[in-house]
Amino acid sequence: MAEQTSTTNAWPANSAPLDLIPPGRKRLGWALMALATFGLLAMILLQILYKTEVDAIGFETWRPVVYAYVLWGVALGIGQVLTRGEDGQRALFLLPALLFTIAMVIFPTLFGFYIALTDWNLSSFSGRRFNGLDNFWQMLGDPYYRNALFNMVLYVLAVLVEYVIAFGLALLLNAQIRARKFFRVVFLMPLMLSPVAVSWMIGKSLMEYRFGPAATLARHLGWDNPAFFSDPITARISIMLLDAWTFIPFMMIMLLAGLQAMSREVLEAARVDGATAWQTFWQVTFPLMLPVSVTAVILRIIFKLKLADIIITVTSGGPGGATDSVSSFIYREYRDRSNVGYGTMLAMAYLVIIVVFVTWLLKLANRFVRNVN
Amino acid sequence: MRVQTTDYTVSEIRSPASFITSRVFIYGALVFWAFICLFPIYWTITTSFKSAVDVTQGHLIPFVDFQPDWKGWRSLGLSPDSISQTSTVRDEFFKRFMNSVITSVGASSLAIIIGSLAAYGLTRYRYRFAWFKNEDISFFFLSQLILPPVVLALPFLVLYREVGLLDTRGGLILLYTLMVLPIVIWIMRDQFNSIPVELEEAALVDGLSIWGAFLRIVMPIALPGMVAAFILAMVLCWNEYFFAALLTSTDAKTIPVMVASQTGSQGINWWSMAALATAAIAPLAVIGIALERYLIMGMTAGAVK
Repeated sequence: MAEQTSTTNAWPANSAPLDLIPPGRKRLGWALMALATFGLLAMILLQILYKTEVDAIGFETWRPVVYAYVLWGVALGIGQVLTRGEDGQRALFLLPALLFTIAMVIFPTLFGFYIALTDWNLSSFSGRRFNGLDNFWQMLGDPYYRNALFNMVLYVLAVLVEYVIAFGLALLLNAQIRARKFFRVVFLMPLMLSPVAVSWMIGKSLMEYRFGPAATLARHLGWDNPAFFSDPITARISIMLLDAWTFIPFMMIMLLAGLQAMSREVLEAARVDGATAWQTFWQVTFPLMLPVSVTAVILRIIFKLKLADIIITVTSGGPGGATDSVSSFIYREYRDRSNVGYGTMLAMAYLVIIVVFVTWLLKLANRFVRNVN
Repeated sequence: MRVQTTDYTVSEIRSPASFITSRVFIYGALVFWAFICLFPIYWTITTSFKSAVDVTQGHLIPFVDFQPDWKGWRSLGLSPDSISQTSTVRDEFFKRFMNSVITSVGASSLAIIIGSLAAYGLTRYRYRFAWFKNEDISFFFLSQLILPPVVLALPFLVLYREVGLLDTRGGLILLYTLMVLPIVIWIMRDQFNSIPVELEEAALVDGLSIWGAFLRIVMPIALPGMVAAFILAMVLCWNEYFFAALLTSTDAKTIPVMVASQTGSQGINWWSMAALATAAIAPLAVIGIALERYLIMGMTAGAVK
C-alpha cells in the first residue's frame, strides 16, 4: 500500500509527518508484518505438502489456513499503524473490506477458471482431470445453454415493460392522493417477501391449472385452457410476471424518489405556459427523470441477470428447458448431474458475457443521458 | 412549447367532470394494484386454514365459502391445540428459522461494519494502492454487484468442502456478506458524502484521533443510513435461496430452502405449505410495514442527486 494524503490539506491530521514515528516502532511494525506473512506462507506450504502426502504433519481441512489469513490481515493492519502512523490509521478503514473481498472473489474466480478447464464430476470416483478446452467446445454445441441465453435476452427485455408499469405507479403515488403512505407500504410489500415462498404459492397454487383463482379468472375471461406453465411461450410470460411482481416495487421506489426530488417550479412553469398534462409529462417530467430512470433500469437489469430462484422453484426450467435462465440451468446441471467442471465453464462464459454486456450498457447509458440533457 | 390562450383555461380551471374522472381513474388504478400486491398474500394466509376440499374447489373467503381450520398450522405444530405437544416438524421449523435469523443478521452486521468503514475511508481520504486510486477501488467494490451468484457458487462449493465450511452458518454468512457488501458501500458512501467534513475537522482540532472522530462524531449522524443499509441487507439475505440451496444440506438449511423442498411423496399438502410460506414471509412483512421509511431510504440512496 502506497502513501495516502487526506483530501483537504488544511486537516490538522496532516501535521504528523512520517518522521515523527520512532524507528523502533517502525522496525517492530515491519517485523510483525514480515512474521505474519512468513507464517501464512509457511502454513499454506505445510498444508500443500500434507495434502499431496509429502509429509505427515498438517490439518484435515484447509480451515486453519483461513484462520491464518485472518491473523495475517490483523497483523497487516497493526503493522500499517505502527509503521505509518495516521496514514496507517486511515488505511485501516479500507483494509478489512478490501482483504475480505479479495479473498472471497479473486481467489474463487481464479479457481473457477481452473475448474472450468477440468472434467470433474463430483459423483464419479475418478476425480478431477484436466481436459483443456473440451468443456468450451461442448458448451458451444449445447442447445440448452443457447436456449437459456436466449431466454435471458427475453427476460431482460421484459424489464422495459416493468419500467413502464413502475413509472405509472410512481406517478400515481406522486399524485395528490389520500392514504399515500398506506399505498406505498402495500406497493412495497412484494419486494420484501421471500421470492421462493411467494412464487411457490403463486406459481404452484394461485396459477394451478385446475383450481387456482388465477386460472378460474382466466377461464371466466374466455381462455379455455389456462395452463400457465405447459407451453413454452406462456410459461416464459408467467415467469416474467412472477418476477415482475417481486421487483416492480424496486424500480417504483427509485422513480418515486426522482419524482419527489423534481422541483415544483418547473412543473408550475410548464402549466402556466399552457402545456397539457400529456405534454408536461413528455417534455418536462420524462426528460428530467431520465438519469433516475437509467439508474433504475440498469440496476434492475443487473438483478434480472441473476434470476434463478423463481424458476428453480416453480418450473425447474420446464417445459423442456423453455423457461431456463442461465443460473437455473447451471444449478440443475450441478444438482442433477454433479457436473462441476462443465457447470463452471458455463458460469464463467456467462460472467464474461455479462461483464461485456453491462460495460456496454453503462457506456450507452452515459451517452444517452448526456445527449438528451 | 406554444402558448395558446385557450389552453390556459383548460389547464388552469379544470372542469369538475374531468376532475372527478381523473380521481376515479387514479384511485381505481391504486386499488387495482393494491389488489395485485395483496391478493397472493391473502391467498397464502387463507390457504393455511383450508382443508383439501376448500383448496381444490377454489374457495376464497373464510367463514362464507369455507370454515377455517388450523389444519396448516397444526401440521407445523404451531396451532393452539398442538403448540404444547412435541412436534418434530416444529423443531425443524424453528431450527431453520434460527438459521435464517443468524445468517441474515450475522451477514448484515458484518457487511455494515466493514462496508461502513470502507465507505467512510473512500469518501474522506485519498488512497493509492499501486496504480489503483479511490475511484478504481470504489468501482472494484461496486462491480461485485454484477457478479451473478452462479459464477461463485460452484467454486465455493468445492472450496468450502476443502475448508470445512460446507453446510455451516459461518460459510453462508461469509457469502451473504460478500453479496450485500456492494449495496452497503453504495448506501453508506452516499450517507457520508452528505455529512459536512467540517464536523470532523472540528473534532480533530478538539483532540480526537481519526478513529475517535469517526466513532464519536460521524457514526451517530450516519446511524439512520446504517439502519437503512442493515435492513435492506437483511431483506436480501433472508430471501436468498440460490447459495443456501447449493451449500447447505442438513445443519445450516435456511427457511427458503425448507419452503422449496416441501413437495412430499404423496402430492402437495397445500395447507402446510401455505402455513410454512406464511411463517417465512411474516417477519419481513412486519419489518416492511414498521421500517418502510428506512427501506425506501436505502433503496433511493444515490439514485437522486
